[in-house]
Formats: sequence, C-alpha cells, structure tokens
Amino acid sequence: MNLTLKIWRQKDSNAKGQMVDYKVTEISEHMSFLEMMDVLNEQLVNSGEEPVAFDHDCREGICGMCSMYINGEAHGPDRGVTTCQLHMRMFKDGDTITIEPFRAAAFPVIKDLIVDRNSFERIQQAGGYISVNTSGNTQDANSLPISKHAADEAMDAATCIGCGACVATCKNSSAMLFVGAKVSQYALLPQGQVEAADRVKNMVAQMDLEGFGNCTNTGACEVECPKGISLDNIARMNRELMKASI
Amino acid sequence: MSGFFKSSIGRKVAMALSAFFLMFFLIMHLSVNLLSLFSEDAFNTASHFMGTNPLVQFALQPVLIIGVVFHFVMGFILELKNKKAQGVAYAKNNGAANSTWMSRNMIYSGIAILAFIILHFIDFWIPELNTKYVVGDMSGMYNGEMRYFHELVEKFHSPLRVGAYVIAFVFLGLHLAHGFTSAFQSMGSTAGRKKALQNFGKAYSIIIPLGFIIIALYHHLFNNH
Amino acid sequence: MALDSKVPKGPIKDKWTDYKNKINLVNPANKRHIDVIVVGTGLAGGSASATLAELGYNVKAFAYQDSPRRAHSIAAQGGINAAKNYQGDGDSTYRLFYDTVKGGDYRSREANVYRLAEVSANIIDQCVAQGVPFARDYGGLLDNRSFGGVLVSRTFYAKGQTGQQLLLGAYSAMNRQIARGKIEMFNRHEMLDVVIVDGKARGIIARNLITGEIERHSAHAVVVASGGYGNVYFLSTNAMGSNVTAGWKIHKKGAYFANPCYTQIHPTCIPRSGDYQSKLTLMSESLRNDGRIWVPKNMDDVLAIREGKKKPTDLSEAERDYYLERRYPAFGNLVPRDVASRAAKERCDAGYGVNATGEAVYLDFASAITRYGTEQAKIHNINNPSDAKIYELGQKIVEAKYGNLFQMYEKIVDQNPYETPMMIYPAVHYTMGGVWVDYNLMTTIPGCYCIGEANFSDHGANRLGASALMQGLADGYFVLPYTIGDYLADDIRTGKISTETPEFEAAEKEVKDRIDFFVNNKGTKSVDYFHKKLGKVMWDKAGMSRNEAGLKEAMAEIKAIREEFWKEVSVPGGSDELNPELEKAGRVADFLELGELFAKDALMREESCGGHFREESAEESGPQKGEAKRDDVNFAFAAAWEYKGEPADAVLHKEELEFNDIELKQRSYK
Repeated sequence: MNLTLKIWRQKDSNAKGQMVDYKVTEISEHMSFLEMMDVLNEQLVNSGEEPVAFDHDCREGICGMCSMYINGEAHGPDRGVTTCQLHMRMFKDGDTITIEPFRAAAFPVIKDLIVDRNSFERIQQAGGYISVNTSGNTQDANSLPISKHAADEAMDAATCIGCGACVATCKNSSAMLFVGAKVSQYALLPQGQVEAADRVKNMVAQMDLEGFGNCTNTGACEVECPKGISLDNIARMNRELMKASI
Repeated sequence: MSGFFKSSIGRKVAMALSAFFLMFFLIMHLSVNLLSLFSEDAFNTASHFMGTNPLVQFALQPVLIIGVVFHFVMGFILELKNKKAQGVAYAKNNGAANSTWMSRNMIYSGIAILAFIILHFIDFWIPELNTKYVVGDMSGMYNGEMRYFHELVEKFHSPLRVGAYVIAFVFLGLHLAHGFTSAFQSMGSTAGRKKALQNFGKAYSIIIPLGFIIIALYHHLFNNH
Repeated sequence: MALDSKVPKGPIKDKWTDYKNKINLVNPANKRHIDVIVVGTGLAGGSASATLAELGYNVKAFAYQDSPRRAHSIAAQGGINAAKNYQGDGDSTYRLFYDTVKGGDYRSREANVYRLAEVSANIIDQCVAQGVPFARDYGGLLDNRSFGGVLVSRTFYAKGQTGQQLLLGAYSAMNRQIARGKIEMFNRHEMLDVVIVDGKARGIIARNLITGEIERHSAHAVVVASGGYGNVYFLSTNAMGSNVTAGWKIHKKGAYFANPCYTQIHPTCIPRSGDYQSKLTLMSESLRNDGRIWVPKNMDDVLAIREGKKKPTDLSEAERDYYLERRYPAFGNLVPRDVASRAAKERCDAGYGVNATGEAVYLDFASAITRYGTEQAKIHNINNPSDAKIYELGQKIVEAKYGNLFQMYEKIVDQNPYETPMMIYPAVHYTMGGVWVDYNLMTTIPGCYCIGEANFSDHGANRLGASALMQGLADGYFVLPYTIGDYLADDIRTGKISTETPEFEAAEKEVKDRIDFFVNNKGTKSVDYFHKKLGKVMWDKAGMSRNEAGLKEAMAEIKAIREEFWKEVSVPGGSDELNPELEKAGRVADFLELGELFAKDALMREESCGGHFREESAEESGPQKGEAKRDDVNFAFAAAWEYKGEPADAVLHKEELEFNDIELKQRSYK
C-alpha cells in the first residue's frame, strides 16, 4: 500500500519542530509499524537526508522503548500492543498517518519522535523498591507464603513496561497509572508493606515535582496501556496515600 | 495531613469530598423542589423551614457555599495545572477512542453549571438574602400568603429562563455522568468501576437533572395562567 | 600468554565455599575510595551494579537505552531454574549441575557450572525478598514448571514475563542505590573503548548518545555485561540495539574471545515474512509439548499451499510428514532445541518449506485439541460428542495453556492458530560463546571482568531453557561482587584514577577518529545494507549447519563485505547529536570483525557439539546416522582467541576442559 506520513521533526530539544510530510510506497500489510518506519528511513538515508529518529529496541512489545503517538493515539489504533507490535494491516492504502512524539511537559522531546522519560526514572528512584540488600542472606523464599490472589494481582501491576503511553494519552499528562502500578505491586505483597507508607508518599511527591498532571479518571490510560494495567491501581494508590497521611 | 492536601492525590480527594457533598445537596434540593409539583403548602412549609432555620442558614448554608466555591476554584486550578503539564498540544488527538466526552470536558460542563449558578443566585438567592437579612422580613409572607411557591412559579414564566435552565441541567447531567463514579475512584474506592455503582451513577446523573427540568417545564406549562 | 582458569583446588562441592573464605576482601572504609564501571544493565550488569554499590563501591553504570529497565533480559519468557527442590522430585545442586553440563554438550567449565547451580537457590530467595511476583500455588507457596531437557520441575516463573520481573527486581535494587548516590547512572551512553593503564583496565571511553559528546570515565575495574552477539546474523530474537561492541573492544585490547561459534538457534520462532523484516519473535518452547511439527510429504502439496490453492488443513494424515516423530521416535517433537532446529532446516532446504519464503514448517495443535476434547467429553459425561463439540472442549484447554502465545501469533501473522496450524522457523536466540573469563569472571585483561551472556563460561555449546536468567543473576548478585574484591584489595592505596593521561587521550582519539570517519565518509550504501549482507552470509554459511567449504567462503565474504563497508558506508547526520545511524555504523563495524572470527572458530572446531553442527562430523552409520558427533579426544577445550589485527590472524589458545565429576556421554534422542 502507499501512504502519506505526517511526522514531527525536531532537530534537538531546543529547536522548534514542525510536521513534515513523507510518502512511502509498496508497504506490505505484514510489516510492523516500525518496519514501515525502517523503509522510510532507508529511503531517507539513500537520498542523503537525515532519517527520522525514534526509540525502539526489543521490537516484541516488552522493553517499553518505542513511543509514538499515531493518528491521535499512543501506540496507534490497535489495543494491547506497543508500536512495534502494531501491524500495517490496521491501515488502508492511501491513508494519511500522523506520527508525533509522546507529549507531556515532563517528557521533553530530545529529537524527532524521541522523548526524555527520565522523570519516570526519578520517580522509581524515590521509592520504587524494597530496601533489602542483595546479599544472598535473605530468608528462604517459601518461608513467607503469599496468597495466590495477591501474587497474581501484584504480577498484573508489575507488568507495566514504563513506556509512558498513559502519560501521553492522558489529557492531563498524569503519571498516576504508572506510579499506581508500582505502588500497588509492592503494597499487595507482604515484603513491600514495611515501607509502604514512605514509598507512596515519596513517589507521589516526586511525581508532583516532575510536573505530571492530575488524574481526572477519564480512563484513557487504561484503554491505551499496551499491558492493560488497571485503573484499580490508581484507586489503590489513592488509598495508600490516604492511609499513609493519616 | 496538610501535606496530603497539597499533593496531587490530596487535591483529587478534596475534589471528590466536595463533590460528594454537592451531590448530596442536589438530592436535598430536588426533594424540596419536587414538593412544588404536588402541594403548594408543603412546598411553602419546607421552603420556609430551609430559609429560616438557623442550623440550615448558618451552618449548612456556609458549608454549601464553601463547598461550591471550593469545587469551582480547585477545578480551575487543577485544569490550569493540567494544561501546563501537557506542554505542546498534539496535532492530532483521538480522545474519543479511549474516553467519554463527559470525562474529557468536565471543565466545560463545569463552566456551564457555574454560569447557571450565577443566574440562580441573581434569581433566587440574592433576592432571598435581601428580603431576609437586609429588609429584615423573616415572615415568609407576601400579600398575606406564603411567598415561596408564587416566586417559584413566577420565575418559570419566561421561556428564555426555562430554556437556560434546561440547558444548564443537561450540562449538570453530563458533569454527573462522569463525576459520580469518578469521585469514588478519587477516594480510592474501586466501587465506581463495578457495574452496580456505575448503573446507579448513570441513573443519578439522569434523574437529578431530569427532575429539575420537569419542575421547570411543569411550572412553565401548567402554572402560568 | 597461557590461560589460567584459576579454578580452586578441592572437591567440586567445596570449591566455591572454600574459595570465598580465603579470597581477599576490601574493608568497608576502603570501598568508598574504589570506583567500578559496569557496562550494560541487564540482569547481570544491573544485579552487579546494585550489589557492588551496596557493598560500598562507587559504581558508574552505563546503558545505551534510556533506562536499565529496557535491557533485553526483559524479553526472556519462560523462567529461571533453581535447585530448590520445592517439588520434592529429587532435584539437587548436583542434578542441576549435571543437567547444565550435559545440556551444554560437555563444553563448559565444570567448576563454574557447579557454582552456578550452588547459588541458584539464593537467587530465588533474593528475588522474592525484592518483591518479584513469582507464580504461586493456592497454598501461597512458589510454583514450578518443567522445561526441556530435564527430568525435574525446577523452573520458577512469573507468567510469561519472568525476564521482565527479574530485571525489574534488579532495576529496583539499582534505583535504591542511585537514590543513595552509590550508583551514578549513565543512560543513553555507549561504551566505545576500554582504557588500559599499566596493563590494567582503568576506564572507558563512552559516547553520550544524546549530545554526541565523547566522555572519559575512570575506575579501578571495568565490568562488561553487554549481552550476546546474536545480531551478527542481522535477524535474531535479540533487541535491535543488542551488540557486541563492548565485548569486542575489550577483545581488541587484550581480552580473549572464546567459542564465538556456539550459537543457540531456537526452533519455535515466527517465520520471516519478507525482506523488510527487522526482527524475529520467539514463541515459548513450551508449545512443543502439545504441538506436532510437520511439512507436506509431497512437493505438489507444498507448491499448492504456497500458491494458496490448498490449505494445510486440506491435507490428510497420510499426506503429512511429521519428520521429528519419524526421525526421533523416542523424543519426537520434544528433542532439544538444536536438534529440532536442524531438522526444520533440513526439510526446508529440501524444498518443503510451507510459506512464500520457503522457510517455515507447521506446528499443529489439531491432535492436541482433539485429544483434550475427547478427554473433556469423558470427564463431562458427554456421550457420542460431535467433532465440533470435541473441538470446542479441546480448544478451551489449549487456550488456557497457551492463550497468550496464540494471541501474540495472531497479532503478528494475522492467522488464527486454532483453525490453521502455526508456522514456525528457527531463529538465532542466544550466544553461548563470549569473552573468555577465569573462575573470578576476569578476562585476560587484569581488572576487566565480563559477566552474563557476554562471557562464555557456563553453558558450553548449548544452553538449557531457563538457564540464562539464572546465570545473569548468579554472576551479578553472588559471584562477581565477591571475586572482584580479590583484585580490588590491591587497589586500596591507588587513589582516584586520573583521566588526564596519555592512555585516555589515545583511546579517546581513536574513538573520535572512527566517528569522524563515519560522518565524513562519502559512501553510497546504508549501514543496514551491510548488516543484512553480513547476516545472510552468517545464516547461510555459519548458521544451523556448517561445513569447511562454506566457512572458508564465509570468512572471505565477510572480509570483502568489511572492506566494502569501510569504503562505501554512508552515515547521514553529524557526530555531535543524537544519531542512530552513527550508533549502528559502529556496531556493525564490530560485527563485521566478529563474524569472521566466528567463522574461523567454527572452521577450527571440526566436531559437532551443541549448537555447533559440522556436517563433516556426523555419525556415519548405525541408529544415530546423520546425528551430531562430538570429538572429545581432540576438541574437549574452550577455544580462546587472541586478537592480532585481522580476525583471520587471531591466535588460538586452548583451555582444556576437565571433567572429574561427570562422565562424558553421547546425547541420544532416537
């Protein structure tokens, strides 16, 4: 199929960017979206132009590196997938596809479609861990039974890949799904409860400091999340913070 | 605890708490107004009680005012903060793909409701205060009759005003359609995501505004001879 | 230089404990004055960084991604082995040790593997304490699954995302140390050289991938944990950015590179669909428990299927060739990865591949669905169930077992695997070879260590499922942090290493010159053009089966591609900005050297072992006819190559492998 691409080009974080139109031809419907971008870039390189910079790595939907806003949706129109798993069969011959970087004040653009997600790193560093030394002298793993239900729910929260689609999608650029998932994973496990109060306070404080917006419960993040992280995690974080503050 | 209400989540909780109070107030208000459909006397008695009881006037009423003002002011503050958090706007954004119109436009339904409340203040509340506390007439009488019912009917004479009321209540419905369950979520309860409460929320967000609309239309159509 | 593996004396089960008791330690006050650089922050690098920082060292960690959480360890699906014996099925440290050595086709270092098995149980304890949500049973205790090639259930897992959860565990431990200031994290940085001062590794040259700035970083020791080099094939299940650069740079500065030809080719990947393909996706090995692998018996059917005139479901049982069941009646579809992969290649090379590229075989669940369906009908007391009913009941069971994999397959291929057989083909997955290290995990450069997939030691010629995660974490949490102390104990009086020295200057100049060459070269071909070309040679001639003539050709062809690359490569953009093409150019340049050494190693190893199959070394007669033939008399050694300029001139050093606790046997699956 033949497509018109409207892509955000921006030289570096200080430059002013703009949308630029490109044409790609003979795109197979079996290609992934990023392979289509590879075709475009090969085309640009061969004609001596600078290729479009975009983040990607594992290309199997787990590393969380890829991050495009495609036709007005994070990771494009398909559900439960990252951009690398989005296939061109979701589009039709002759389509115009708008491709933008994830937008949020806390995710400044580095170049073209690449954004800086270090704000997520700093939130994790503020408390996204259990304070246990990796000494190997911990107690036997089975000396602490954990209900299957809690373990499964913690696992569901822990599935977050930190891609930032929730922030990009949210009209308020709120990071609460991301933070809620991490807070939840540890709050659900007995190992995590010792530090639960400090963790949620510190992580939320850092989240606010980074300039993420406020959750207004539109639920868009949950829909666009490639891993289907539930809004329940935000509710749990709210609860955890209330508990920690009283 | 003061730190809590400065945090993003604390503000959500504060919004939700004020919302719960306002949603409760709406039930109260509608209940009193509904009386006007059935009995002039009952309506007058209830109105007189609400208008003169010191507890209502000097305890509940200030709380209500603070609640309303807080909900609006905080709503605007959060909206501004959120706008700032967004940074550059998308060239193309397909919000309808993942969320309801109501949830994305609380600020606009809110502004519509604010406009209505201003109108409502001018219509009812300011004259009320004037009569009771400036003129000092606490009798609730006018020309030898209880005045409340007549005042109500009088106000619904103008089709313009009735039209404005109807539109405002449609916006209230839209606001509640998201706000009801959202408030639960903000309070840390997942109940708002369960079918039962969602249905209740839907019903609430339809019935409350519809009740007010019916009252306005009823008096406009049948009581203005 | 003679290779000294530094394996401690004594009985195998006491070696590690005794050794730990005797090695030098650095006292806590002195650790504050010692810096360690860790390159790569996957399971091995991440866990090492966290542990070293906890011990008190100042750690500088480097990752080319924007976060340690994105390292490709995250993509491991199945699980992690540990000799916990929670299932009471007779597992033990010895058994895990034995399985790993045997699975590696007797080409790993016994003492290292035993240590790996020994610390494996600790890993699980550690990860649970960190909050890794392993699967549990209804009693709240940890659940296990079994994996190929072993007789016990010892694999711990977190849904199909075990690698992700373990990596996030190590990442969280890192975050705690980053917050304390004990780890300085350099995201979006790539190591481009190691700096050797007075014969010791004392720092690295790294490029800030955002600004393009070339930075000097000094330390008392350098740890390379940069993963495997499967991307030398261009197409693999590795991440797009996975590369050999860090490992190759230290190789060029004196670290021997061992067994580069040992590559694991995983049999159940989604086939390539066209030339544009950038990456291959793995489907868990567990599918082979219920799927039957086949191709059509008759060439007419193959062609009809390729042209779309026939569907695979149109073929009767008699028209199908279940070649694994035919060739290996004892193990059938459950032969080890290397055997299954070669058998698929054999059929496709013979022309029986079932998709347009001719490189796909069927993995069919129809029998399993019928079998489960019939069983379910009995359980539910349904008499004379219709075929449709049986199918429906069976599908439910298959869905419960493999639902997520089926869904993933459907997303990628756009075919419903419940209705039509899946298509699979082998793909490069893991590299057992890597930088040679001694028992301390130190390379032949003093002060330069190599851990995780990047080193060579534990998996021999073939890795068992669920062992990669185990090795990465064992190295990072429990081995390196101890052994590095033995070396650093001599460095407590060294003080800060200056970066203002001729050695740093020279290394930096070398790096800058190369980058300048790339951005200024007036070439005509993209980096990918060369990478794809290299990949094709590697796959065709040094892939699943190798022969002398092909490997010689491969060496010559790779050399030619390399020469063309240095003339014709075109890299748009500048050096002082974020430039993905420039990053790729540097990586591909190193792959172009490694590829040739790879072929040379494969050529030298005139035996078949594990993932390395030499056509000349196959059983010529008897029931094992055509199967891999190992040569323990001549090749029971690890091949460590010393860099001498051109890869073809590399000098071989042999580390003879001694097996005192395990008897060498031929693997048989007939």
